[in-house]
Amino acid sequence: MQLKKKCLLIGVGLITGFINGLFGGGGGMIVVPLLTILLSLEEKEAHATSIAIILPTTFLSAVIQIISKNYDFSVGLPVAIGVASGGILGSFLLKKTKDKTLVKIFAFVMLLAGVKMLIF
Amino acid sequence: MWNFVFCLILGFIGGILGGMGMGGGTLLIPLLTIFLSFSQHLAQAVNLVSFIPMAIIALILHIKNKLVKTSGILYIIIPSLLASILSSLLSNSLDGDFLKHSFAIFLIILSVIQFFSNNIIRAINKRKIKLKK
Repeated sequence: MQLKKKCLLIGVGLITGFINGLFGGGGGMIVVPLLTILLSLEEKEAHATSIAIILPTTFLSAVIQIISKNYDFSVGLPVAIGVASGGILGSFLLKKTKDKTLVKIFAFVMLLAGVKMLIF
Repeated sequence: MWNFVFCLILGFIGGILGGMGMGGGTLLIPLLTIFLSFSQHLAQAVNLVSFIPMAIIALILHIKNKLVKTSGILYIIIPSLLASILSSLLSNSLDGDFLKHSFAIFLIILSVIQFFSNNIIRAINKRKIKLKK
């Protein structure tokens, strides 16, 4: 593999890992477009590959947070159960609604969430 | 008990949003901080842990469907592990409100990029076609 490509991949890894660890998430949103652009992956491949990348780094960050006592199991457990159930429904819904407007709606929701967190 | 139920419900909503492909748990964190007054550090930790079971299942399915492209993936994963150790420790040292505001700005930047994602992808594809010629 070319050195240039290796450096690009390392760069992607550094950014993704850094953001994911700093914000407890969000690495996926960074790595998917990077995989699409830099590695020319198709959207489905990029999403799938991103999980393979984000999972280990998330696991590591999770362990660090648990050791640091930032994690509370009494709330973490119900949230995790909810997320797992919702995730199943969500991916099912995704198959039924492939829409570019969906991206814009989510972008808007993210914007609202960001503003709310910033101001209030 | 109600706390348990509310956590379930918000996790469920966050899970649906994540399952539909929008940023995984990225929207879960605002849900937890806004509606359940979680501290930013707690919301982030909970998000990280919540991601894991679903991701394992999804990954197994994706591998079965041969959607995961592993060429060069270690060049991404290993640096990401190292970077995440650093940033996790950094995150722990930051004040909760400051971290929350930083995260908020991150969300806003992401949302703006998302808005223009179609235009960006189109422009890049045009450039790729040009380069091929």
